Amino acid sequence: MLRYAVRRLLGAIPTLFVIITLAFFLMRVAPGGPFDQERTLEPTVMANLNKAFHLDRPLYEQYAVYLGNLLRGDLGPSFVYRDFSVGELLGAGLPISMLLGACALLLALLVGGTLGIIAALKQNSTVDYLVIAVATFGITVPNFVVAPVLSLVFGVWLGILPAGGWEGAHPAYMLLPVITLALPQIAIVARLIRGAMLEALRSDHVRTARAYGLPARLVVIVHSLRGAALPVISYLGPAAAALLTGSVVVETIFGIPGIGRYFVQGALNRDYTLVMGTVVIVAVFVVLFNLAVDLLYAAIDPRVRYD
Amino acid sequence: MAMSHRRMMFGTRASALAGALLLAWSAGAAAQTTYVRGNDGDPETLDQHKTSTVVEARILRDLYEGLVIDDASAKVTPGVAESWTVSDDGTVYTFTLREDAQWSNGEPVTADDFVYSLRRIMTPATGAKYANILYPILNAEAVNTGETAPEELGVKAVDDKTLEITLASPTPYLLELLTHQTALPVYPPAVEEFGADFVSPEHIVTNGPFRLVSFAPNDRLVAEKSETFHDADSVKIDRVVFLPIEDRATCVRRFEAGEVHSCHDLPSEQIASLRERLGDQLHIAPYLGTYYYALNPTRGALGDVNVRQALSMAIDRDFLAEEIFSGTMLPAYALVPPGISNYVEDGPQLPYANTSMLDREDEAIAMMTEAGYGPDNPITLELAYNNSENHRNAATAIADMWAPLGVNVTFNARDLPAHYAMLRDEKNFDVARAGWIGDYSDPQNFLFLNISDNDGFNYGQYDNPEYDALMDEAASEGDLDKRATLLAEAEALFLRDLPQVPLLFYSSTSLVSPKVEGWVDNVRHVHPTRFLSLSE
Repeated sequence: MLRYAVRRLLGAIPTLFVIITLAFFLMRVAPGGPFDQERTLEPTVMANLNKAFHLDRPLYEQYAVYLGNLLRGDLGPSFVYRDFSVGELLGAGLPISMLLGACALLLALLVGGTLGIIAALKQNSTVDYLVIAVATFGITVPNFVVAPVLSLVFGVWLGILPAGGWEGAHPAYMLLPVITLALPQIAIVARLIRGAMLEALRSDHVRTARAYGLPARLVVIVHSLRGAALPVISYLGPAAAALLTGSVVVETIFGIPGIGRYFVQGALNRDYTLVMGTVVIVAVFVVLFNLAVDLLYAAIDPRVRYD
Repeated sequence: MAMSHRRMMFGTRASALAGALLLAWSAGAAAQTTYVRGNDGDPETLDQHKTSTVVEARILRDLYEGLVIDDASAKVTPGVAESWTVSDDGTVYTFTLREDAQWSNGEPVTADDFVYSLRRIMTPATGAKYANILYPILNAEAVNTGETAPEELGVKAVDDKTLEITLASPTPYLLELLTHQTALPVYPPAVEEFGADFVSPEHIVTNGPFRLVSFAPNDRLVAEKSETFHDADSVKIDRVVFLPIEDRATCVRRFEAGEVHSCHDLPSEQIASLRERLGDQLHIAPYLGTYYYALNPTRGALGDVNVRQALSMAIDRDFLAEEIFSGTMLPAYALVPPGISNYVEDGPQLPYANTSMLDREDEAIAMMTEAGYGPDNPITLELAYNNSENHRNAATAIADMWAPLGVNVTFNARDLPAHYAMLRDEKNFDVARAGWIGDYSDPQNFLFLNISDNDGFNYGQYDNPEYDALMDEAASEGDLDKRATLLAEAEALFLRDLPQVPLLFYSSTSLVSPKVEGWVDNVRHVHPTRFLSLSE
């Protein structure tokens, strides 16, 4: 298994290289540059800036320099936030985004999982329909609606939670953003678990377990849930990568200093290095979580083996 | 990844601790007044020589003090310079610096500090975004383009407390320019020792009413009253927290929840409801800015001045101001906004400023017919704008107003960098949205946009030697009244030829808590924290 993991990680290097190369050149194809703003710059001033950031050198040379720096772990200076390097910006925001994402993920698993199991066990009952209704609602109502509504209701009207902001990892400031992030995930997890559970409950090995007269709780938790977890895990791999790297909507609306905003800001500002930095982070997360999914598969499903 | 100690601070564990400390601190020190200021975004830098935006201006104005400053109503007032004299020909300014001006480390602020700072912004290697604002200083442009050594810049320390600035030609708005954040001094030893990192909280040395405590990107910037500031006794606020709130609706919610004392640049679709709910906490004030459409004269029909005037005439600016921008903009029939300094009493206007819309539409149709266009022989114009809801709504409305003239409009929305790069380089448009916010209160700051060799901004590709000559003449005219007349003549030419169509004048919109005292609405939208106070 360890050998497999190492092989997968090594195999990811060419993938990362292709992603980075594509992103680097695609970014430069976009018209405009980091110094194009509403206030156009004097040509002499623009020349000074391009020189200061080595944008006056040929593109292949910039690419080579970027790759060289990246290998040393240097993501370069931000073109727009000039007091910080990209490493510093992402280093400051990533732990916050990851914390929120991890809490949301946990909440989604707990609540979504429970709802899904209940719905599956009471298929076609009122509870089941209620769960399906809630899940449909959670998936269809976008977070840019949920976030301001929560902030307005709990922050402004009721005044029991902050309308936004971030004070370290203070729970009061985390609650609404975590709920907003978790809602669609709860819905998806609930539906996935419900579907998979229904299938698992009808499967041969569960029927056999029942026939042997095993206690119902044991049948549900050990035998059915184990099988039902597989589709959830394959969904959670990429979903976790996305959640942990921050959400632009949630972070903007609640004023959270994570890295989600950099994805959009970086692209809109043509902050080349910042965009590259976010691309690298997401790519690495996706690779790692896909690997984690595969390893978990092997751990849960005895039919899957990596040798 | 070299991460300095300061920035490591932003890790979760550390910030959890910081949060706990902050809560403990706020419980224990209730007597301190903290002003929480919503800012429209993060500063791109705290290096005054590299800045260009109002977001940075608001912060730097609190951290530093220039030779002259804006007071609460944006009037030019003595800052580090307690007095100054101007030579008879208007080209040499001699500033006397106050004895008690100090840096936050207790060192005196000297004339040499200003010499160092002004040379630094012009040095090409600094990469100063807005160095050109100070080009009126003798040899500034030559230094900035690397043709001349920084020592040749027209800035001299006569002694520790006397600074002499020599200009290339009389510049009546020099003092206005010196209130801009690019003219703020840096502390030379800090720059020499730490280079670009002199702006970090542990290195920065400032000379203003507040000193930097911390700056976490995307999170907050905290400054505290500086005890070394010469006028510290009159500074009422102990601590100011700048929150970078990009989403305007978020700032409104946090204001209503009592978490933020003031917000700028409010969402225009909420103005009506804010006015109703919050009454005089909503501030709308004229702002030195113009919103206009550039017309590309190289594109067929647009080369005809009558077509350009007809297009302008058919635009119902009242509708745009009231309906699209919810009363946060004013109809514009001139390029230079009202309330500007150094200008004639009643500046020139488009002749149909006071004509009714019905008459204007009839006349516009007649002019188009005469030019050979109309519903039977329509023209198609591509209207380019930078993507935003308001710009899109305005463009749609204007396309509708042009329809009776036989004009079909196609739209091309780009994001901001792409739009402005297109305006600057390819000029690939028929009609393009643009806007300009004045950096100093002088008509030159608007009229220079249309000088023929101004490649960066002359989107209408205006090329009128007469206009250029008037601008040149005004630039060397020392008499303010005569100069104002020359500039007004230039604007009249611009309005006659109409290479760009003025549509609206900007207003500033703010929410200001009733707890904040001393807030004075002004055309520069400048509200230094040192002149404000907070009541309980």
